[in-house]
Amino acid sequence: MKSDIDIKQLLSAVDVPAQWVGLREVYEAHTPRMIRDGVPVANGRAFTHGIMVEVLVNGQFGYYGTPNMTPEGISSAAKKAYQQAEIASRHANFQFDESARPSHTGSYASPFLKDRESLSAGKLNKILLEAYNELKVSDKIVSASSLCQVIETSFSFVSSNGSDINQDFLMFEFDLSATAADGTNQQTRTFGGMRGNCRQMGMEYFDKYEILANANRIGEQAIELLSADDCPTGEMDAVIAPDQMMLQIHESIGHALEVDRILGDERNYAGWSFVKLEDFGKLQYGSKHMNITFDPTLESEFASYAFDDGGLKATKEYLIKDGLLVRGLGGQESQIRSGLDGVANFRASSWNRAPIDRMANINLEPGDSTFDDLISQVEYGVYMESNKSWSIDDYRNKFQFGCEYGKLIENGKMTKTVKNPNYRGISNPFWRSLKGVGNEDTFGIYGTPNCGKGEPNQVIRVGHASPTCLFENIQIFGGV
Amino acid sequence: MEKIFNQLSDSLFSELNNGENLILSFDGEKSQFIRFNHAKVRQTGLVDDADLGLKFIVNNRSVHGGFTVSGNFDIDLARGKYEIERMRLEAQEIPEDPFVVFPENAGSSHEIKIADSLPFETAVDALLPAMSGADFVGIWANGRMFRGNANNLGQKHWFETESFSLDYSLVTPEHQMVKGSFAGNDWHQAEYESYVKRSREKLSLMERKPVKIDTGEYRTWFESAAVSDFLGMFSWNGISEASLRQGCSGFGRMRHDDIRLSPKFSVIEDFSPGYCPKFNSDGEVSPEKLSLIENGELKNTLVSSRSAKEYGVESNNAESGEYMRSPKMAAGSLNHEDVVSEIGKGLYLSNIHYLNWSDNAGGRITGLTRYACFWVENGEIIAPIETMRFDDSFYNFFGERLLEVEDKSSVNPEVETYGGRSLGATTCPGILVDDFALTL
Repeated sequence: MKSDIDIKQLLSAVDVPAQWVGLREVYEAHTPRMIRDGVPVANGRAFTHGIMVEVLVNGQFGYYGTPNMTPEGISSAAKKAYQQAEIASRHANFQFDESARPSHTGSYASPFLKDRESLSAGKLNKILLEAYNELKVSDKIVSASSLCQVIETSFSFVSSNGSDINQDFLMFEFDLSATAADGTNQQTRTFGGMRGNCRQMGMEYFDKYEILANANRIGEQAIELLSADDCPTGEMDAVIAPDQMMLQIHESIGHALEVDRILGDERNYAGWSFVKLEDFGKLQYGSKHMNITFDPTLESEFASYAFDDGGLKATKEYLIKDGLLVRGLGGQESQIRSGLDGVANFRASSWNRAPIDRMANINLEPGDSTFDDLISQVEYGVYMESNKSWSIDDYRNKFQFGCEYGKLIENGKMTKTVKNPNYRGISNPFWRSLKGVGNEDTFGIYGTPNCGKGEPNQVIRVGHASPTCLFENIQIFGGV
Repeated sequence: MEKIFNQLSDSLFSELNNGENLILSFDGEKSQFIRFNHAKVRQTGLVDDADLGLKFIVNNRSVHGGFTVSGNFDIDLARGKYEIERMRLEAQEIPEDPFVVFPENAGSSHEIKIADSLPFETAVDALLPAMSGADFVGIWANGRMFRGNANNLGQKHWFETESFSLDYSLVTPEHQMVKGSFAGNDWHQAEYESYVKRSREKLSLMERKPVKIDTGEYRTWFESAAVSDFLGMFSWNGISEASLRQGCSGFGRMRHDDIRLSPKFSVIEDFSPGYCPKFNSDGEVSPEKLSLIENGELKNTLVSSRSAKEYGVESNNAESGEYMRSPKMAAGSLNHEDVVSEIGKGLYLSNIHYLNWSDNAGGRITGLTRYACFWVENGEIIAPIETMRFDDSFYNFFGERLLEVEDKSSVNPEVETYGGRSLGATTCPGILVDDFALTL
């Protein structure tokens, strides 16, 4: 139940002598449904609703996140935010002015055909139960699940310098998972790896995609992995599918290019970056095949929007062009602090957190190779799908990733299935080994609902789209 | 907050019809957050937040709801009534759940800790002088936290605590770092300044030129904070009974192949220090102490009431996610003063970073060295090391390669703030391990 709030009227209730005042209202409802092992384990709906009052005092921002959205509540919150900012301004890391919150007006709505209510709880449970039945292809499937979480978010932002923005989002996360086990030999196969299958669209998803056929494939592949050989170990070529490329992009490009990291804000938590401010425009990040964009405009991608949470208008920008680093992931505050060009990526997880530099949609633009072209270039290597393990150091250099499903490539052809495919490397040398990029036909749109960063901590949704890619001479290995 | 929770609970329970059950869980905070970078304030603010979770059970069907508590009783009651009606209708549409857990009245509890805390308006001036001249970065969190639970059978729990934490790093000009985490309930300025002084002394060791070491296997000391991170992995596809049954636990070899860890390795769930409530989100109270691994043998997994019903085993009232909430590892016999000489030649790791299962079934965990990590030779600290990746199985480093366990444990408070400030702590000693594998 969403309370109707007149946020512009609430702005007029603020009575503090601040340089700038902004109100950001967020309402977000999550509706998860899940069938596991034939029975419902999640059916519900929960929402959060509140306002972040932000003030600028003596060049220092201060905030108060409150669920009390009455004029009295907002007035009181503004006074306390003012006091916090005033005290802190004597020790401010940077003296901002009003230009840190540019004035914009506009709106955005997720593109969709069918809203959440067009698919009842009963019907969605039925679809998920049918999918479960398709996942359970054998008694060796010891556990299987199907889940859908619908997310509805409304965002309003008004400010003393005239911003007036409204954005409404309809999103979902959908996953299928089957675990096959024979003693301690256990293998899990999912639909895109770690909830990678998340999009901004409506319930028409369930009409368009072959859910039951995919469920059956996932169940069969989990069984197939049980008897597969372990992935070979050695230096060889890797062909990586979009549902693993998304994590490769996320960890070794996205986080490394966040300008607040480069400025040191995250050193105590998520870490620093191997990228330095002076690298922009100079650093050859990867091979000439590498073109990375910040693209909030790609329809149905998870983190598309028109404005960030500081009110900056969002546009598509190249971050890496032909392998050269050209732009960072810095919102207006970071652009002012660093003097670099940036993007509209100043985002908060909800009304109770202040915005920081985040990824949104960070994509690898398609090349011109067909899938078969990529495979045919490999004399001996491994094709990998769907992330299941991820880890990278605090400078975003030394990474190690594991996938659910692999295929050996021998003499330009995919041969047998291999289990536990893993690879490791260092970000720049790895991206410089990018030898081939797939075309539009190999392009997949994924994302993650669980990107963690910031102090206090924030989890945020990001999108990543990529074609299938070929990397040469990578350290690849299997299980224990 | 307690008054709000009680008023809402009483009113919402009166909305129920015969045969309907309702469990309410409350989670709130009134917090100050100050973020520092380069020993200056980067961001500062306050957050009031509270959520009411509702679990509605009728006709063997379970539906959940939840909303932000505004603090205005009329608004919150209307939200609660709306949720009950929505859940009532939804319960008519969804399939039966054969493992639904019904509420009970097993007794109530009430625990409030009042602290002599640092006032919000004086925090910056109390914290920054001790950091003068240092490259200090981190987060200050301070204030009250609230947890409540009630059901329509009359059971009610309330837990309220006031605490602070300063989680920080000190950084050398060459980008070497030392980690600190000063946390507690009552604020003592002198203790804080003394803690920071020790961090600064440790930082001086980091001014030596870092050495690059090769991949390979090393005799390695892990400080308590690093051991705490390893133990944290047990809460994710590890100690959970459901994970074991569903084929996604690293503990499978202990359950199915009767593999044992080192006799020097014992872990219990211990609620006696009161770092977090003993009740879970269904209002069930866990045993004060529960042995999980005893002298290397898997004694108990964490079993929620739902898992108990589903798999026909006894519940130990674990949280529904079956993760550890207040783990404690047993101390051993190695005195900290002897650690460096016992390493002889090898690694001294204060902290580790970004752990993940690289082969869950094999118990293999990958991650990285971070902060004050040193190369040791001839029983002396030589220099900090450059960041290294490791990839090794806990069946090795908590198993036959576990050489010694420190004779004293440290408390590693939970300082994460995803969604809201966390409660809990991991109490554990450091460990000395043989042949620990560095891979990149």
